Amino acid sequence: MPLNIRTYHELTEPDRSGLPGQIAAQRRRVAARLAGVGRVVALMSGKGGVGKSFATAGLARALARGGWAAGVLDADFNGPTIPALLRIPVTGCTLHENGVEPPVSPEGVRCFSMALLLQDGRPLGFRGPEAESHVWRETLEAAALREFLADVAWGALDRLLVDLPPGIQRFQELAELLPAPPAVLTVTIPTTESRDAVRRAMQFARERGAELLGVVENMVDGPFTGDAGEALAREFGVPLLARIPWHPTQDVWDEVARRMEGVA
Amino acid sequence: MKFLCVDCDRQMLFEERQLPGDGTLAAAFRCPQCGRAVGLLTNPMETQLVASLGVKIGGTTIDPQPLETVRGMVTTGRDEAFAEGTGDGGRGTSVTWSVEAQERLARVPNFVRGMVKKIYADYARDRGLAEITPAVMDTARSELGLEGM
Ligand SMILES: Nc1ncnc2c1ncn2[C@@H]1O[C@H](COP(=O)(O)OP(=O)(O)OP(=O)(O)O)[C@@H](O)[C@H]1O
Ligand SMILES: [Mg+2]
Ligand SMILES: [Zn+2]
Repeated sequence: MPLNIRTYHELTEPDRSGLPGQIAAQRRRVAARLAGVGRVVALMSGKGGVGKSFATAGLARALARGGWAAGVLDADFNGPTIPALLRIPVTGCTLHENGVEPPVSPEGVRCFSMALLLQDGRPLGFRGPEAESHVWRETLEAAALREFLADVAWGALDRLLVDLPPGIQRFQELAELLPAPPAVLTVTIPTTESRDAVRRAMQFARERGAELLGVVENMVDGPFTGDAGEALAREFGVPLLARIPWHPTQDVWDEVARRMEGVA
Repeated sequence: MKFLCVDCDRQMLFEERQLPGDGTLAAAFRCPQCGRAVGLLTNPMETQLVASLGVKIGGTTIDPQPLETVRGMVTTGRDEAFAEGTGDGGRGTSVTWSVEAQERLARVPNFVRGMVKKIYADYARDRGLAEITPAVMDTARSELGLEGM
């Protein structure tokens, strides 16, 4: 005779341990912190090095110039570049009882980044058993993302831009943490390789219920050739928000910001 | 993760947690009917995975500190990352630290020291303890589930 063992879901007595309850409380803290944020916009590409971070910073500064309250969460924990792009010096972050004060760029963009916390030139290292680090490292990075969302005193923001690392993993983590999927702005370069990689990322985001705000095509004036921006915009029925040349002027970003906000 | 006393068909209740300090964790669960206790022992990888989720087996009685997981787990953080991280930390009247407790605190990396100090100080105050000693720190670690602090 097999033992009669009730299933996990049949055991409903309250228990102090309550791991699902602890996870739910984490989600509530994220939701509470972001209650004052009009919209979370993830910058995504599915391809490395196409200018996501460059575009995130350019757009955030333009939003701030245009009068929108903007913040940037640098979700690239292993290659954080946002404070430098926003010209935010790395100094001590001020801690309050209710969170960490985000440093502010000269234009007024609030920012938080692993670059503010790490020693110069050192990679992000975690305490833990090295041998099985693949098991827990991504989980810790997801926890860092959760804390960057929930524990930074973002305040009231019109737009919180999230600069994602290449790939789709961090987007997935972000979508799971937020009360609703983030809006997505995709960045591509003109080439067919970039188009194919970015297409997958856009498809992935759309399948998870994210609104696609549009495509930004970067580095359009050489040496890359192709029409990835146009093609992706057509394919997904979203606007090609901008074609960004090398070393764009402020006006270019101001125009992107207005188009994204529908006030062009 | 739940424990069932199969003989009694009753869910066992979390009772106590111990952190031996070698990266492993022990948690005791007891059957409310027959009183039998079982120990859950997790290896360093399992312990780490749970910690990575930012949850504590057995729960905790205190709210998380800002950036608690990042500050507690990152080993390459800057000493000066947090401007007030090394301040007196903690609310209200101050508690005193024994010399041994101060020495132990001094060994904690600066990146996380402010948070550790605040957590212990709050713990002592909440329990009406006037002085923090290594013994108080050990009890607090287990009770609050602060592996590695
Ligand atoms: N239009 C541009 N004009 C001048 N420099 C640019 C432009 N776009 C990108 N760059 C530069 O190219 C480099 C790569 O861009 P960036 O780091 O923004 O790419 P990324 O997509 O964020 O990369 P990763 O995938 O590693 O996160 C950076 O040095 C950036 O400053
Ligand atoms: Mg980048
Ligand atoms: Zn029993």
